[in-house]
Amino acid sequence: MSYLEFLSQYGDRIASGTLITIALTALAALLAMAIALAAGLMRMARNVAVRGVATVYIEIFRGTSLLVQLYWIFFVLPLFGITLEKFTAGFVAVGMNLGAYGAELVRGAVQSVPRGQWEAALALNMSPAKRMRRVILPQAVLIMLPSWGNLLIELLKGTALVALISVTDLMFQVKQINGTTFMSAEAFGTALVIYYVLARFMITPFMRWLERFMMRKMGRA
Amino acid sequence: MDKADISGLPLRLEGDDVPMVSFKKVTKSYGNLVVLDSLDLDVAEGEMVTIIGPSGSGKTTVLRMLMTLETINSGVIYVDGEPLTHMERGGRLVPADNRHLRKIRSKIGMCFQHFNLFPHMTALENCMEGPVHVLGLSKSQAKERSEELLALVGMADKRNQHPSRLSGGQQQRVAIARALAMRPKVMLFDEVTSALDPEVIGEVTNVIRQLVGEHNLTMLMVTHQMGFAKDISDRVCFFFGGHIEEQGTPEELFGNPQKKRTQQFLSAVKEAV
Repeated sequence: MSYLEFLSQYGDRIASGTLITIALTALAALLAMAIALAAGLMRMARNVAVRGVATVYIEIFRGTSLLVQLYWIFFVLPLFGITLEKFTAGFVAVGMNLGAYGAELVRGAVQSVPRGQWEAALALNMSPAKRMRRVILPQAVLIMLPSWGNLLIELLKGTALVALISVTDLMFQVKQINGTTFMSAEAFGTALVIYYVLARFMITPFMRWLERFMMRKMGRA
Repeated sequence: MDKADISGLPLRLEGDDVPMVSFKKVTKSYGNLVVLDSLDLDVAEGEMVTIIGPSGSGKTTVLRMLMTLETINSGVIYVDGEPLTHMERGGRLVPADNRHLRKIRSKIGMCFQHFNLFPHMTALENCMEGPVHVLGLSKSQAKERSEELLALVGMADKRNQHPSRLSGGQQQRVAIARALAMRPKVMLFDEVTSALDPEVIGEVTNVIRQLVGEHNLTMLMVTHQMGFAKDISDRVCFFFGGHIEEQGTPEELFGNPQKKRTQQFLSAVKEAV
């Protein structure tokens, strides 16, 4: 079978797997950002308990394997009465894992906003929440965008693990195709190229665009 | 904070001649380093007081404590007769909570050495930020007020520029307008010309000069511009080693300084120029 024949026969399954991978990536990214923001801000809280919760979360999810976390969420949580559908378990695991890395990006970026910005916001008598939301975070976002570009690529690649709990993503589809056709080079080669294209020609340009957009808002472009 | 340090200080200042700002026995230290040692300083309403002195003498700390950017170790600061650092609880003064701080802080505005404009907002947005999001004014009210003030500081034509497109002098003028937009009773200027190129210092000092004439503002200024201080101050305080070594009218302090340290400082400054 030529590669063209291979594509025409299995193209549909590869395409549907790719769509699942994109959906997983998008949902996991949203979850990761929400968790990163919350945990990152909690890490800087004055309250020891609040800070402790965030620290423990970050330590656990950064310090253990994503695959083990995925298995925990899918196979162990049901024992405690929490059953997640496999697609949900997939993006939740990836989102929670990358969110822990993102939390440190948020904290680092917030702390690198110059001190004078806090002081000017306080001199305008802004409340702590307004200072954060209106003055500090918009500047912190610009600082952490390049690192988020890297993290999102990691996240995209991390979603391949969900094939192991039978989510029908790109990796799952090509494994199935390989199992029936033994055309390993074609199957895994195609997957390799698709992951690369998604990272290089979708995530990277999107982050570049976002950076330029934010720079324009700062009047710097 | 040691309670004994504030015993005997009134819950509020009352009478005909209540100063706008009053430091009573205010002490500030970092560990063993005493930055301000039992400072007493009154500033009358509408008065322009300039603080000069060598670096490390505690002059900037005075402004930062008044803006509540620094806490104090003992003593009480009063603004407009009311305690700023403390509040009344059961007939006694206790350290102020955040709500009290926000209430009293609304009477104070501050300009910084490095301007600290918000880089993600235009000049106009910088000025509108406080009125809209702190005072709760409508956007159109805040815009009107901000445009007036930007015109006052000569920045009306640059109102839609971001700070990164403005020179230091221009940024500092916007920062003054931003602080004034909150309608403070007291304005603090913390070395506002120190980070500027020499040729643009004049545009900022001219704005401050104008404020002395046009507004009945109480102003406290820390500066190294002796000529400017001499021109516009009602009173000049020379700080040394955490206390006021000498104070008086500009004529007295610059023309006929009494203390040895004042004389040394002023002659050292003169030589530098």
